[in-house]
Amino acid sequence: MARVTFTPNLERHVSCPPRDVPGRTVREVLDNYFHEEPKVRSYVLDDQGALRRHVVVFVDGAQMRDRTHLAEEVGDSASIYVMQALSGG
Amino acid sequence: MIGQLLVATRKGLFQLERGGAGWSIARVSFLGDAVSMVLPDPRDGTLYAGLGLGHFGVKLRRSRDGGARWEDIAAPAYPRQPDGVRDTLPDGREWPWRVEQIWSLEAGKKDGALWCGTIPGGLFRSDDHGDSWSLVQSLWDHPKRKAWFGGGYEFPGIHSICVEDTGALTLGVSCGGVWRSEDDGATWDLRGEGMYAAFMPPERSYDMSIQDPHRIVQCPSNPDMIWVQHHNGVFRSTDRGAHWQDVPAAVPASFGFAVAVHPRDGNTAWLVPAVKDENRTPVDAKVVVSRTRDGGKTWTVLREGLPQEHAYDIVYRHALDVDGTGDVLACGSSTGALWISEDGGDRWQEISAHLPPIYAVRFVKGAGS
Repeated sequence: MARVTFTPNLERHVSCPPRDVPGRTVREVLDNYFHEEPKVRSYVLDDQGALRRHVVVFVDGAQMRDRTHLAEEVGDSASIYVMQALSGG
Repeated sequence: MIGQLLVATRKGLFQLERGGAGWSIARVSFLGDAVSMVLPDPRDGTLYAGLGLGHFGVKLRRSRDGGARWEDIAAPAYPRQPDGVRDTLPDGREWPWRVEQIWSLEAGKKDGALWCGTIPGGLFRSDDHGDSWSLVQSLWDHPKRKAWFGGGYEFPGIHSICVEDTGALTLGVSCGGVWRSEDDGATWDLRGEGMYAAFMPPERSYDMSIQDPHRIVQCPSNPDMIWVQHHNGVFRSTDRGAHWQDVPAAVPASFGFAVAVHPRDGNTAWLVPAVKDENRTPVDAKVVVSRTRDGGKTWTVLREGLPQEHAYDIVYRHALDVDGTGDVLACGSSTGALWISEDGGDRWQEISAHLPPIYAVRFVKGAGS
């Protein structure tokens, strides 16, 4: 199970509590999270399912690079943080 | 009519009411968030607000209690782009299938119908009060859509959606001309004969598919009459957009973004002129509204109550509105000033000079007004 946590700034717009969810890749983990919290999806992913331009994902402290497919593998007890990029809004 | 006005700004939505002592701000929603468009649905009083949350994308909110509570509803979104399909602008850059801004939002004629125009260039429809949205594929797939390009923004966008009682639609696109559908969006015709664009090479200046109408408004009681504040100047149509006449008499300048038309008199219209193009400031640093009552032959420059010294306010395309009586106008500026006139523009009252930059002002109009 990976632990998924969101920037507190997102909580202002939509409920996004931390959750432990299964998945072998970032995409799978987030899809499983969005299955539980469907409203969060559009805040993190764009129309095409890519990571929004001004959102960053950290996997065990390192920035995820595959922003289109989110195919990076994650370990069994990964910690995934979804944060605002400083480039944005 | 009890006056109510919605003001969409870069930092929130402001609701104003007309009480015995005049206009005042009654409620602030979404403070801190950009509200790119707002729609008070005249059919049932529902309010819709299009947000741009920066990091977190475009969102749509709905209130069925006059703005006290808002619910997060589906926002227009492009369908998944098929593998291998790459959409490009005329200059070869990628045209993303990704809604970046809600630029226009209007009530349709059928129950629950809404139309939404976006940057980059999508028209979306909802048939269930915004619970779900779909891209209007007929326009998106139109070969001439591919000729559109950005004007002021990186990508083209649909900023004006005029809905007639018959359900016929007239769209304004920057830069993509005037489009019309008389079959509920099933098919589209490019309109705009007579419009020209001095910013294009001469051989393309009359190309209807690249015109830059900044704003299009249609007279509700006489839909033959349509006004356009175009990048190039002011144009007017008396045949629902098929043909356009240049209106060179507009003073003190023919450049601007906003235009409003009287709800019952298609010969009466208001503009907020500015120095054209690269400059984009009020002429002589004086904010004025210009009004015609004779179809654009003559214009009266209205300045009473508007700042006449070192004023650099620009009024964006959606930031001028007239109410259902045709007497009350609101005008909001890029520097956060809001003015209201209750006598057709003769005299203006400054409601605030300290709001966030104003994107849109809209009077709440009852059904039929």
